[in-house]
Amino acid sequence: MSKVRMLVGTKKGAFILTSDGKRQKWDISGPHFAGWEIYHIKGSPVDPNRLHCSQSSSWFGQIIQRSDDGGKTWNIPGGEKLPSPTDPPGGQSNNFAYDTSAKPLTTHQWYDGTQHPWEFKRVWHLEPSLTDPDTVYAGVEDAALFKTTNGGKTWKELSGLRGHRTGKQWTPGAGGMGLHTILIDPKNPKRIYIAISAAGVFRTDDGGTTWQPVNKGLKSQYIPDPDAEVGHCVHRIAMHPSRPGVLYMQKHWDIMRSDNAGEQWHEVSGNLPTDFGFPIEVHAHEPETIYVVPIKSDAEHFPLDGKLRVYRSRTGGNEWEALTKGLPQKDCYVNILRDAMAVDTLDACGIYFGTTGGQVYASVNSGDSWEAIVHDFPSVFSIEVQTIK
Amino acid sequence: MIRVVLPAHLRTLARIDNEVALEVKGQPTQRAVLDALELRYPILTGTIRDHVTQKRRPFLRFFACEEDLSLESPDAPLPKAVVLGKEPFLIIGSVAGG
Repeated sequence: MSKVRMLVGTKKGAFILTSDGKRQKWDISGPHFAGWEIYHIKGSPVDPNRLHCSQSSSWFGQIIQRSDDGGKTWNIPGGEKLPSPTDPPGGQSNNFAYDTSAKPLTTHQWYDGTQHPWEFKRVWHLEPSLTDPDTVYAGVEDAALFKTTNGGKTWKELSGLRGHRTGKQWTPGAGGMGLHTILIDPKNPKRIYIAISAAGVFRTDDGGTTWQPVNKGLKSQYIPDPDAEVGHCVHRIAMHPSRPGVLYMQKHWDIMRSDNAGEQWHEVSGNLPTDFGFPIEVHAHEPETIYVVPIKSDAEHFPLDGKLRVYRSRTGGNEWEALTKGLPQKDCYVNILRDAMAVDTLDACGIYFGTTGGQVYASVNSGDSWEAIVHDFPSVFSIEVQTIK
Repeated sequence: MIRVVLPAHLRTLARIDNEVALEVKGQPTQRAVLDALELRYPILTGTIRDHVTQKRRPFLRFFACEEDLSLESPDAPLPKAVVLGKEPFLIIGSVAGG
């Protein structure tokens, strides 16, 4: 029977929840790395027991953890002294050194308009390769993309991204300048999309050597030129693996859609009561069914009227229905962060999200009804779900 | 031997129960002690000082003999009591406040 494993990153540690295919009863392990901020954990599609985890702290910086047994035990890749002189030296798994070999790579625009050196702060998102368990991409703050090909022992920047001619114009938002979304095209592994707050979406078609901004059609009233090539605060993008040329986006404001791999976007916010939010997710079996969790505004990061409502569109946007059954419909003032929503791939698609209030909600019927399977975790940063056959 | 006391999170990371005793070659300084610590426990590399700049991470402090040594040069000699192992070299996480 299939099993579902949920990887939950929180402000104070990681938790792993497991359930059988019924998804009624959940076993919880954790906190792993108690007291540390866990921005993201994700498993390899090739080897589901291979997990990579971003563990960080304002005091001690970045740590990368790896599990090869589905989260039962963890090790820092390359953290021990290695026996072979050909192996990289220990202590490099948390070394995210920016490529500074060329002048355009040395600074970006700061809040006051001056140029500011790029500074590594933390890994926001880990995206394992679709074909090789030792290859993982890391999206970091300040926005850059790194890659490991040895299971996290060492990381190398794909600096063509920051080296784009617009790199010097990229500016952090109030929450920092993070590269938070990485989507690998399952039909063309050389095509990767990334999203940065607040620069926008970029695409490579050559495996990460060169990149182009794909933000045409986005309109952002909070930047001097609302139609600018870069500078858009994209909160998250999502795709269905069967149709990688169709992208959905939750922007700072606006839900957007592209039907041509980001070449052109159009708004599909439709009848949503507010189109501000962070996560956006696609149903596992219905590429036109998408989910968002609107919150009131950029200044008020909580559900409108204190009612926690997931919105579902079965038409790829524009027409949205509120999903409320099992969700609090009064006095709810939590937020759902961009990486805190995920789906499983069981026949009856499960959808899950975590809140800044520490609740984890699950629906085993595509969102028709919900149940809180956790009430009191620390603030949830991220959720990933593995369906293990 | 130089005695080094680490914050709890770093002891967990390095799988250390108590303080660490390090043999430091040459003149004992902050830099020499941290070099020896990272050599013994590579997983601590980057957690106390930045990988690239080698600067102390801003929310960590270095104390010894009831003095704050955080702003001393990393190449300044350590106090004699630390060198002799009578007093530990303390690596402290600053309080979060609030």
